Amino acid sequence: MYERLAEFAQTWGLVYFVILFAIVLAYALWPKNKKRFDDASKIPLRED
Amino acid sequence: MATSHQAKSFTASEGGVIALLLVCVLFSLLIAAKTHDPTMAFHAWLGLAAAGIGAFAVFNGYFKRTHNVPEEIDGKPNYQMGPVKLATVASVFWGVAGFLVGLIIALQLAWPSLNLDLPWTSFGRLRPLHTSAVIFAFGGNVLLASSFYVVQRTCRARAAGGLWPWFVVWGYNFFIVIAGTGYILGITQSKEYAEPEWYADLWLTVVWVIYLLVFLATLWKRKEPHIYVANWFYLAFIVTIAMLHLVNNATVPVSLTEPKSYIVWSGVQDAMTQWWYGHNAVGFFLTAGFLAIMYYFVPKRAERPVYSYRLSIVHFWSLIFLYIWAGPHHLHYTSTPQWAQTLGMTFSIMLWMPSWGGMINGLMTLSGAWDKLRTDPVLRMLVVSVAFYGMSTFEGPLMSIRAVNSLSHYTDWTIGHVHSGALGWVGFVSFGAIYCLVPWLWNKKQLYSLKLVNWHFWIATIGIVLYITSMWVSGIMQGLMWRAYTSLGFLEYSFIETVEAMHPFYIIRAIGGLLFVIGALIMVYNLWMTVRHGEYAEEEVGHPTAVQPAE
Repeated sequence: MYERLAEFAQTWGLVYFVILFAIVLAYALWPKNKKRFDDASKIPLRED
Repeated sequence: MATSHQAKSFTASEGGVIALLLVCVLFSLLIAAKTHDPTMAFHAWLGLAAAGIGAFAVFNGYFKRTHNVPEEIDGKPNYQMGPVKLATVASVFWGVAGFLVGLIIALQLAWPSLNLDLPWTSFGRLRPLHTSAVIFAFGGNVLLASSFYVVQRTCRARAAGGLWPWFVVWGYNFFIVIAGTGYILGITQSKEYAEPEWYADLWLTVVWVIYLLVFLATLWKRKEPHIYVANWFYLAFIVTIAMLHLVNNATVPVSLTEPKSYIVWSGVQDAMTQWWYGHNAVGFFLTAGFLAIMYYFVPKRAERPVYSYRLSIVHFWSLIFLYIWAGPHHLHYTSTPQWAQTLGMTFSIMLWMPSWGGMINGLMTLSGAWDKLRTDPVLRMLVVSVAFYGMSTFEGPLMSIRAVNSLSHYTDWTIGHVHSGALGWVGFVSFGAIYCLVPWLWNKKQLYSLKLVNWHFWIATIGIVLYITSMWVSGIMQGLMWRAYTSLGFLEYSFIETVEAMHPFYIIRAIGGLLFVIGALIMVYNLWMTVRHGEYAEEEVGHPTAVQPAE
């Protein structure tokens, strides 16, 4: 039981993190999102 | 101005706060009457008084105000800055108190007679008082103040929940009082950074859940389509601290009238849970929360957008997904399974990437505005804090490597590392934020004196350098002396010889601490003069009178 759990964590844990990181990178770098992020970065500078 | 002349009615939040406080009055009275423990009785009376005064203040506020608080005035959000001001004042107060206790215990280590042979002033009781005062009281109030400020500003909406933000700030500070007086009077569950006993923990849970709800509801109300990155960091901080607090304080009290409780985890599981908690208190309280401050205040002060918003997204998600696994590096060479230790170490090393990504993002925000470092000491403080962040997040993963840890663990090196993060990163980024916030909140043109900020900056910086260099030397020396063997295989040094060798460095460390305290006192004077004698930025327009009932 312990060995199986440990093996599962050691292999699929890696896959899980790689997929997560890939999703984050894709979201951050997606060309269509660029304008939105540029706008968002100026939020603190817009006073009212 | 049509919106500001709404009719006056008893609001749901006023009713809710009063109901909750009356329940607290009842419980406090019951415990005060039934308990045999004098300290718990003292806390119950404090709770009774605080809840009673609170309920009275809410009623009083209702009778005094002439109309309901408008959401907007002349099309602009009517920001709720009262709780932000309160938390700012509280942070400065607790900061000075916490730094001072730190100085006292540093002096106690150098000259043990300063323990005064009294239980209340012994190092063992004052040390958690110092750590909780600086982390939770000073740092916590900075986070409350800045999070309520930033979430309102970047969402362009008044804080949600009516009186509940007031409740969060007062309630949190009441928790600090209970925790702190408890340590001095001998109540502790002796888990590092989680010392308060079960009834204080329960109260903090109530306050924290309401904090989370207020924050979420304010995000929900936002006029800005995008949720600015600083709010993501604040949200991660609030949610994770709630989770850590609940799991690490899963205790069963001996009885409802006894302060003592027992944790449901036992042995190595308890140790794992404690350091999962402990390291994520660093990761989410002292890092994620203060990174939120960096992402708002550095761009604001430099008048430039953050260097790369894309990097900030990658920074956020990788930081929170990695930090949560790093805790076991506190348990190298213990009965914690080897694989868990290795896992903690590996994730700590991986944390180099998001940490340095974040640091670069903060520093590069100044590109094209580097000249401001020369003219604006507040910005310099913020930027140096980010540099200290980079330094201590470089040192941390290094110390998490098992072989390095075999030298560094249980020595002063750890203390030095913690303080380069706490004084350099958390302290300086907080001072920077406070120096920004005070003129904004009290509607002043500028700080009373930038020259004094400069003095604060340099005196505190020299203090930090003395502190961390003395602890490096003392810690590495201590570690090397512990592992030195003679040719016959005996230990070269007795324990007391290592203590004797560290004495000069303890004195240097105390001098460093003294300089840091002096810097903080200069800040207090500067802030006081700013609020009392500073020139108003502009006439206050359209602010209806008496819209801010104090709790």
